[in-house]
Amino acid sequence: MICLENIYKSFGNNAVLKGINVKVEAGNSLVIIGGSGTGKSVMLKCILGLIPPNQGRILVDGQDAEHTERDAFLARFGMLFQGGALFDSLSVWQNVAFRLLRGALKRSPAEAREIAVEKLRRVGLSADVANKFPGELSGGMQKRVGLARAIAAEPEIIFFDEPTTGLDPIMAGVINDLIREIVVEMGATAMTITHDMSSVRAIADKVAMLHNGVIQWSGPISDIDQSGDPYLDQFIHGRAEGPIEAIR
Amino acid sequence: MIAALATLGQSTLGLLAAIGRVCLFAFSVVTHMLRPPFYIREFSQALLNIGFFSLPVVGLTALFAGGALALQIYAGGARFNAEAVVPSIVAIGMTRELGPVLGGLMVAARVASSIAAEIGTMKVTEQIDALVTLSTNPMRYLTVPRVLAATLAVPVLVAVGDAIGIMGGYFVGINRLDFNAAAYLKNTVDFLEFWDIASGMVKGAVFGFIVALMGCYYGMRSGRGAQGVGRATKSAVVASSVLILASNYVLTEVFFNA
Repeated sequence: MICLENIYKSFGNNAVLKGINVKVEAGNSLVIIGGSGTGKSVMLKCILGLIPPNQGRILVDGQDAEHTERDAFLARFGMLFQGGALFDSLSVWQNVAFRLLRGALKRSPAEAREIAVEKLRRVGLSADVANKFPGELSGGMQKRVGLARAIAAEPEIIFFDEPTTGLDPIMAGVINDLIREIVVEMGATAMTITHDMSSVRAIADKVAMLHNGVIQWSGPISDIDQSGDPYLDQFIHGRAEGPIEAIR
Repeated sequence: MIAALATLGQSTLGLLAAIGRVCLFAFSVVTHMLRPPFYIREFSQALLNIGFFSLPVVGLTALFAGGALALQIYAGGARFNAEAVVPSIVAIGMTRELGPVLGGLMVAARVASSIAAEIGTMKVTEQIDALVTLSTNPMRYLTVPRVLAATLAVPVLVAVGDAIGIMGGYFVGINRLDFNAAAYLKNTVDFLEFWDIASGMVKGAVFGFIVALMGCYYGMRSGRGAQGVGRATKSAVVASSVLILASNYVLTEVFFNA
């Protein structure tokens, strides 16, 4: 279980997170929605320790993230970055098997490659792609390679940062199905950031809406259309009029 | 008056803070160098990029610098009938000063910029964040191999550059200044001491460290977007060039005047 307690984060005078409280049960999929620049990615990066919060506690299975052994802590996570964040200088299979080629999970190159090819197949990419370099792939393929890398070491917790942004609707549907499948099959705990409402409905068990530095609304996906929250209603229906200012 | 003093104070504090940050970064690089894991593949790749692929530019620079030096010393020496010193002064000048400084500056232009651009791009495309999430310390994976490779490769480049520069002087000496080839070589060898070559190589190691350190430092601190990466690249080249020239003066004082 991941538990965020009263998380604050500011960049200079700009307070981005103003007391975030979120709980994600093990094996559940939480989708975080909210306008651009509301601190969704900052929140995920705080959990991973990429950005230190100014205040508050992050607990993973009851253990304070700040006081756990860093490598062991990070070994439990996989993350799909918004732009893929693939390493240009490494081939696709080396990207996917990055964690399996070094550190505590180190395998032989042949075994690591075999696992990478299997994970690529899992995300709908053929073995021919394995020896290519990220620069030779389309945006959608890069995203899928990023997804394969995120799941390669079979982590318990996976974060997806805007997994369908920039993809055509068909590819977005494929990625959504894959994420759902991975979460269900691997039993992983997932946190996803997205603006795409079809992704929200396909991926989420629970939804949290971030607005003005706090969780504005949270609840099961089944309640999203009857929330009665004007902020959430405006967001999910994409209306320019409402309590959320269109020009921020 | 107060406003001017405040501005001056602010700039001084900013400069001191920047020096402090660079020193802390350098200290962190050195401490990470001493602890595993060591990334041999990344180190070998950096050695190839920094050492081998810088050879043409360093060699060409040294060749022309050696030739020009021979012409200048000949022209200057002719004023007091000292043309015969050309071979020894070319050799000493190349090994002690021009070889390491020009080599260092060429490597700064070629390597500091490429390291800063590469790491800066990795930062803005979240590749460095991705490294962290994959349980890999960016300092160990990106910075240590590059700094170590540059510290080891630049002295070798300097030694090769010295030899090519002396050869440049030799070619100009025998073809343009009518020196006897055997006498030129004998004068070069007779007057050159081991410390002349070694001091240049030590300078090369320091310059290599500076170049890679500045490339990594500015790359890691790169701002967002193309403009941020561009600024990081420019700063890395400027800072490493200035530090090379400043440290060259300090090292020359320590080696030859202390």
